[in-house]
Amino acid sequence: MPYLEEDYDVAVVGAGHAGCEAALACARLGLETIIFTISVDSIAMMPCNPNIGGSSKGHLVRELDALGGEMGKNIDKTFIQSKMLNRSKGPAVHSLRAQADKRHYTQEMRRTLENTDHLTIRQAEVSEICVEDGQLKGIKTFSGALYHVKAAILCTGTYLNARCIYGEVSNLTGPNGLQAASHLTDSLKANGIEMFRFKTGTPARVDRRSIDFSKMEEQFGDKVVVPFSFSTDPSTIQKEQVSCWLTYTNEKTHKIIRDNLDRSPLFSGTIEGTGPRYCPSIEDKVVRFADKDRHQIFVEPEGLETNEMYLAGMSSSLPEDVQYAMYRTVPGLDHVKIVRTAYAIEYDCINPLQLKPSLEFKKIRGLFSGGQFNGSSGYEEAAVQGFMAGVNAAMEIMGREPVILDRSQAYIGVLIDDLVTKEYHEPYRMMTSRAEYRLLLRQDNADLRLRKIGYEIGLVTEEGYQHLIWKEKAIEKEVDRLERTTVGAGEKVQGFLAQHGSTLLKSGVTLAELIKRPELDYGILSPIDPERPSLPPDVQEQVNINIKYEGYIKRQMQQVSQFKKLEGKKIPKDIDYTHVKSLRKEAVQKLDRLRPVSIGQASRISGVSPADISVLLVYLEQRRRFDGNEVDRSGA
Amino acid sequence: MMKTDTIAAISTPLSNSGIGIVRISGEEAFSVAERIVRKKDGSGPVSIRDVSTRKVCYGFIYDGDKLLDEVLTIVMKAPYSYTAEDTVEIDCHGGSLMMKRILETVIRNGARLAEPGEFTKRAFLNGRIDLSQAEAVIDVINAQNDHALQSSVRQLNGSVSRRIKDLRERILYQVAYIESALDDPEHIPLDQDHREKLSAFLEGVKEEIRILIDSFDRGRVMMEGIKTVILGKPNAGKSSLMNLLLREERAIVTDIAGTTRDTLEEKLSLGGITLNVVDTAGIRDTEDLVERIGVDRAKKAAMEADLIIFVVDGSCPLDVNDEEIMALTSEKRSILLLNKSDLKMAVSKEELEERTGHKTILFSAKEELGIDLLEEEIKQLFYQGEIQTDDQVVITDLRQKTALEESLKSLDMVGQSIADGMPEDLYPVDMMDAYAHLGLIIGESVGEDLIEEIFGRFCMGK
Repeated sequence: MPYLEEDYDVAVVGAGHAGCEAALACARLGLETIIFTISVDSIAMMPCNPNIGGSSKGHLVRELDALGGEMGKNIDKTFIQSKMLNRSKGPAVHSLRAQADKRHYTQEMRRTLENTDHLTIRQAEVSEICVEDGQLKGIKTFSGALYHVKAAILCTGTYLNARCIYGEVSNLTGPNGLQAASHLTDSLKANGIEMFRFKTGTPARVDRRSIDFSKMEEQFGDKVVVPFSFSTDPSTIQKEQVSCWLTYTNEKTHKIIRDNLDRSPLFSGTIEGTGPRYCPSIEDKVVRFADKDRHQIFVEPEGLETNEMYLAGMSSSLPEDVQYAMYRTVPGLDHVKIVRTAYAIEYDCINPLQLKPSLEFKKIRGLFSGGQFNGSSGYEEAAVQGFMAGVNAAMEIMGREPVILDRSQAYIGVLIDDLVTKEYHEPYRMMTSRAEYRLLLRQDNADLRLRKIGYEIGLVTEEGYQHLIWKEKAIEKEVDRLERTTVGAGEKVQGFLAQHGSTLLKSGVTLAELIKRPELDYGILSPIDPERPSLPPDVQEQVNINIKYEGYIKRQMQQVSQFKKLEGKKIPKDIDYTHVKSLRKEAVQKLDRLRPVSIGQASRISGVSPADISVLLVYLEQRRRFDGNEVDRSGA
Repeated sequence: MMKTDTIAAISTPLSNSGIGIVRISGEEAFSVAERIVRKKDGSGPVSIRDVSTRKVCYGFIYDGDKLLDEVLTIVMKAPYSYTAEDTVEIDCHGGSLMMKRILETVIRNGARLAEPGEFTKRAFLNGRIDLSQAEAVIDVINAQNDHALQSSVRQLNGSVSRRIKDLRERILYQVAYIESALDDPEHIPLDQDHREKLSAFLEGVKEEIRILIDSFDRGRVMMEGIKTVILGKPNAGKSSLMNLLLREERAIVTDIAGTTRDTLEEKLSLGGITLNVVDTAGIRDTEDLVERIGVDRAKKAAMEADLIIFVVDGSCPLDVNDEEIMALTSEKRSILLLNKSDLKMAVSKEELEERTGHKTILFSAKEELGIDLLEEEIKQLFYQGEIQTDDQVVITDLRQKTALEESLKSLDMVGQSIADGMPEDLYPVDMMDAYAHLGLIIGESVGEDLIEEIFGRFCMGK
């Protein structure tokens, strides 16, 4: 018989990037929260790449920060190199990426958790969920404790029935040799939850002293570092940075791989899980892109106080001896010593179509989930889901409406909508091309888009919110001034334009019109704009972007207003699709299985056609009139 | 997809009836109508929104500067219309050609071609149709969707759909290239000359789309015949030409004396080409179209025609009548027949060609000389010289043409972005719009195509 432990409001299962955000959100909202981890030493561990951010992932971190999450603050404290990617391209695809000191990252997050009120950390393996009448009642640990909770958030990452594989070797462990969680899956299945089995992989870690860096290209960080967090003062994080190194595979490497494919568990069929195509192992790359004669390898430090280096681009599940042979063909790695062998990992996760957009299970009230458990991949994708699941668990307990971000508000909205609406059979990774309205969803305006929502949730301070309001006004005022300030074709202006290779003026134009010219921008125009007020760089940046891309931004905003109309058409929870006459059978099945919350969501389900949506709209109108008082407007 | 934008369609059966109705419904209905309906002299727009509801107003439809038709517009303000939205009905002259031209003009000016059953659907959603009819409405939507799907698939021949698929694949590849470079900038660079390569690529694709769009007119004339008017001063030889074209077996009079119909068409076939010759009765009866119906009417007939055949009496010098007709041919596809070449010539072929810019054929109705040259020239003008009999790459459906035009517009915007020095990440937005529009033609949606292409073609990731 289990013994009864204390009651909590919320239990968070797993203390990775999703679990930490979920637990912090709940505890900070004042709910008594307990977070379970298989090892307290592995809180916020980074078992794969040593970075946070990157294309579109950087957006997620900024959005999370604007809402009141922790990841951005934690990486600002612990980064050892930082880069803004895509700087030469448009602002919508600028993306921050930082190298983390892995150990320091873990320590800092653990420190934050340990010092948060209402938050209890417990090392234990959760083995069961207790559900009565579709309502979550509690969770049990393998050691026999029962916790009564109002809500639980499952963030088990890659630990469920995990198996690590390289060559003929296969261990039933989680990442980094940590103990796997081997009981919870059965309990979930017993409660009717559909499970998937996914796979991912990681490259070897090698000893820095065994690398010849003279054969590699050095990669530096940015001279001026932009913080991830809107509440980090940029001046406090300008510090000395470490380098990464670039090298390449070659034909010799590829030959070794091809010659040993029969020993690869990936190709011999030993691995049953589905792997991500965007993050292929090196053997996958060599097979699928046979025409490429080389692949890039980035050699990245794992931290300041370790010699371990990460070989980005060369994840593998080949046998250890083959790994040695192939790594040693790469220039600079000729005599490399492996510290940790590369491996593939298989794990249980759920089919996320079982979730509502709030990340609550449709069939089990009070049960939420986030992160790799939901079929995603990546620390950042995990963190934002953990946060949203935590917030929505809290909202439910507090009797408030769920917080759902839509596709026009945030990458977070795109990510969650994709997961709960479309059907994926591989780990989901965020990409900027998945966001329809990416010109609006920039990393630079995440605060303007989301800080107010964070404030309403209760995770952004009054001070932070007041600053946002001030910033909004400052931007509006300055844009307005530039649109109304005219410069004439005087000598000074013409000289200035000539100097910047810009067409001379025939008559007066506004400063805003000049900003729109490709060769000019807000900053450049300052010499011919004597009335310019002194504004902080982030306000200047918004002013420049809003004016320069005005046409594009307006077009996307029009698309968004169309989109919002469909999102706003809610579908009643109790709808019986089999009663909707004329819906095609496939549509009935898909709609019934997914139970979309809005016409907008329904329209994104594959297999539901525009004609089905028309039929559904007519049905809803029919039902609305039947339920309400039919107003006769046919008097015309 | 439900939309609340402004839609338009031909609301009467597409036949050569006396009148037809083009209906516009939606928030922008009045603005769209105001862009194309003008006062009689073309002096200015008719202010549709100031017309009181369900009142009729008189005006002229213009496509840009080109006068199309004399019409009555019926203005219905929301909610007092079938759809309960702002609605304009353009009561125009019948004839499927004219109605289609007006509809095209409406679409070019801001409306979207209505989906099958969409007026009815809107009427229902806006509360204008009784609840008891809801199921009937659903049936209409379904039936019309099925029908539209089948008919457009049937209309689309293999080579059009192959060409569209090919265009889509090429566009998608270019987008995926940019996207993978944005997603993984350290692996896939956008090199310096990418913009130039992309511009060249876009020009190529746009040219192919333009050819398809142009084929719409070709496809239309192929299906419906070439609307032809024969002009010429008295005794130039119009009726001889007509008789030659019709031969004895077709020398029938189709109109009844005293009929009030203002245009008559005679369908005849010339070497496999269908010509719809306008006002043949008039030509046959009086030998003098310009004189009989007046210059205004001749202008109208000429304006509506796809082809003018101008018969010149080569045996006497050009006079004021010839000058007037010459002016009418200036903007039109025209062929000049220098008739009576069996007599001593007072006008030269070269002089006419130089003055009109149109091909001139030495002709003799009496000797039956030059008819084969006329046939060749018509083929040259309308089919670039050859009549393809099967598997033509021809667009015949207005919906398809509209989709092509939309895709062209999107690609133009990409070109504009490149010219404006805008960054690469802005291009895919419009390129994917073009991709989606092209997809409509062959009934394919976008879905996860881009993501698949990125993963399939480019080696990404750590």
